[in-house]
Amino acid sequence: MGVEAYVAVSAALFALGVVCIIARRNILYVLMGIEMILNAANINFVAFNRFGGDGLDGRMFAIFTIILAAAEAAVALAIVLNVFHLFDSIKPSEVDLMRE
Amino acid sequence: MDFLHFSPETDFKLLLAVPLIPLIGYVVQVFFGRFLPRKGDWLLTGGMGVSMAIAVLMLAKVLHEGGGEHGGGGFFQLSSDAGLSWAWLYQSGKAAVSPLNLEVGILYDGLGAAMLAVVGVVSFFVHLFSIGYMKGDRRYHLFFANISLFSVAMIGLVLADSLLVLFIFWEIMGLMSYLLIGHFSHDQSTPFFQRWATWASKKAFLTTRVGDCCLLIGMMMFWQHYHTFEFVDLWRLANEDVARNGGEWPMWMTIAGLFIFGGTVGKSAQFPLHIWLPDAMAGPTPVSAMIHAATMVAAGVFLLGRTFPILSPEVLAVVTATGAFTALFAATIGVTAFDLKAVLAWSTISQLGFMVAAIGTGGIGLVAGLFHMVTHAFFKSCLFLSAGSVIHGCHHEQDMRKMGGLRTRMPLTFAAMGISTLAIAGIPLFSGFYSKDKIIQAAFTKTSLEFSGAAVFAAVALPIAAALTAFYMFRMMFMTFGGTYRGEVAEAHGHGHGHDEHDDHHDHELVHSEDGGIAPGHPGPLPVESSWPMTVSLLCLAALGFLGGKFWLADFDVLAHHAPWFVRLVSPETLYPGVELMNGYGHAITHEMVEHAEHTAHTLALVVSLLVAGLGIFGAWWFYGARKASPERVAAALGEVYRTVARKYYVDEFVNATVIRLTHLLAHVQRWFDENVVDGIVVGVGRANRSLGFLQAWFDRTVVDGLVNGTAAVTQLFGSLARLFQTGRIQQYVTFAVGGGLIAAAWLILA
Repeated sequence: MGVEAYVAVSAALFALGVVCIIARRNILYVLMGIEMILNAANINFVAFNRFGGDGLDGRMFAIFTIILAAAEAAVALAIVLNVFHLFDSIKPSEVDLMRE
Repeated sequence: MDFLHFSPETDFKLLLAVPLIPLIGYVVQVFFGRFLPRKGDWLLTGGMGVSMAIAVLMLAKVLHEGGGEHGGGGFFQLSSDAGLSWAWLYQSGKAAVSPLNLEVGILYDGLGAAMLAVVGVVSFFVHLFSIGYMKGDRRYHLFFANISLFSVAMIGLVLADSLLVLFIFWEIMGLMSYLLIGHFSHDQSTPFFQRWATWASKKAFLTTRVGDCCLLIGMMMFWQHYHTFEFVDLWRLANEDVARNGGEWPMWMTIAGLFIFGGTVGKSAQFPLHIWLPDAMAGPTPVSAMIHAATMVAAGVFLLGRTFPILSPEVLAVVTATGAFTALFAATIGVTAFDLKAVLAWSTISQLGFMVAAIGTGGIGLVAGLFHMVTHAFFKSCLFLSAGSVIHGCHHEQDMRKMGGLRTRMPLTFAAMGISTLAIAGIPLFSGFYSKDKIIQAAFTKTSLEFSGAAVFAAVALPIAAALTAFYMFRMMFMTFGGTYRGEVAEAHGHGHGHDEHDDHHDHELVHSEDGGIAPGHPGPLPVESSWPMTVSLLCLAALGFLGGKFWLADFDVLAHHAPWFVRLVSPETLYPGVELMNGYGHAITHEMVEHAEHTAHTLALVVSLLVAGLGIFGAWWFYGARKASPERVAAALGEVYRTVARKYYVDEFVNATVIRLTHLLAHVQRWFDENVVDGIVVGVGRANRSLGFLQAWFDRTVVDGLVNGTAAVTQLFGSLARLFQTGRIQQYVTFAVGGGLIAAAWLILA
């Protein structure tokens, strides 16, 4: 099994993440979509490290990304909490103050 | 006699002090006069006294230095020669000799010395007299200030070394005469004097302005040709020009000379600009004394003396004719006047005519005219101050018909006025005799040498005028001092003759008085002699009027075998040093012929002047002293002739009907023009601008604003289009991003 399989899984996961971000009506699913995109990137890092280069660079980046994703999720959840306080809703379609 | 030596280095500075002392006094007096004790009269009188002392000392020096025994000592000093001249309007970038650099200096010669002393003496005594006369006046301190500056102006004019400087002081004098004649124009307590003074000061100012304007034009014409105002240069250049021209005077010089003479006509009250002088008596009497004697009218004659070498023979003929006519003309009016001051005013005009006519004859006449200016200053100032004393005594009554018998009531005034009257009438031993005799001699000389119209006219008119002078002066003496006091009586029984006078000037818009300019007096106690400052001034001036011509007491030379002091200072040969006069008789007449003619004329003039003086005095005694004939009956017999003379030949009416009416008409036309044409143009331009403004406003509102608003609208349109994409929904943004990424990827893959 070559690198193509890994990349295909990664692409699929990325596409699912994107669709999740765009289409879901709950802001928490949007956050999950973001996690999926990040993990798609992680798969690419690990796969290209396994088949392409030498050393542990790709895997180290994957670990960093996981940590980054955890931090991002914490901040995002705080934002979501505030958005809920402000709009009394967690539907992304109703949060449109950025229009102004 | 070392102190009588004239040293230019120090003495010019001393001369400069003569005008400066009263000038400083003036400044102090104007600002602080009212706070000084006695309102500062002592300050200016004292200052003038110092000036007088310097002026007399200087005259003594000049007499000692330059006064030869038989005329023509030739004293002549220019301060610029001694290195004393003051740069004025001096442009450092120009060459030192550039005509654009004007320098002010002093010209001091025999004529200037004599005149300076006369101005100093007369001014001082007028100041002294005013202390008594003006007592209690509301503007006492200002009166002294003004009369002081008046003297400064004349002193400056006498010392001026160029036409321009002379003109400056000439104008200051014009202004001061205006202020002084109008002295009572602020006096609310006497409405008559207030109106009269206001009107008379305006009349004097405007009439002399005509002359001043002429003088300015004449000055400029000479400037245009010679680029200098200095007398010395003008004399030299003009006469060199004429000599080069073979004795022919250029046309422009004659015209310029006539303009300069126009200045004299205005200032020295020659016909037809004499009309201001009789009304100048609206001012206080000391002012009249100043105007009629030392300043103002003397300035015009002095100007002739200074500019004589640049006047062409044609101008001199005009000068002679004008002077002689004025002398005769004014003398006839003097005979009919009833106002004490008016008699003196007309006599001044007449005497000025003598001076001007004499200067016009040239040669000996030039000296005679200037000499008469000096002697006249003495006795006329005395006469006016005496008249002031009389008017003061008679409670501001000026009508001689309401006086009389003052001989015993005011003996000192009577003595002073009597001496001066004898002097003006031309009685031997008195100063006026020596000068008037010389004037008639000059007229005869001129006639015998060149039989021209002007000379013949002068030779006939001047003796007649002299006879009339003696007549009206003694008429005045008899009416004022002879008989009994008519102060109250005359008001009760006016005689028939008086009614004519009362009709005088009824329809006359210039004169506001009901009584031909005679100020109303008020009845009061019998007149008494005036206070000491007045009588002292009177007697001192009377002494000068007696002796001023010849000082014959010194050598008992009664018949003038030796030349009088003035002739020793001033002679036609030395008055203009280094200049060969070209306006004389020409080459055909030799020096010997002139001397012979002068000698013949001398005897004849002596006889004639004695005869006419005697005739005039006898006539006055016949009519007014002894009353052998009634002057009223003569006047009635003369009828219309008398009325014409008494109304001053209707000159005022003529001026009213022509000049003033014309000016009014012109003013109306100008007003119409201004209101209709000029205003029309202005309003039209305004309207046109307003219409244009509407157009511009429309353009601005529609096109300019439209462009700006259009730009804004387009921007807004695009903005609102772009706004459609800005929904604020994150998911939509992500969709766009991903979509865009997919399109970009597709582009890369497919291309």
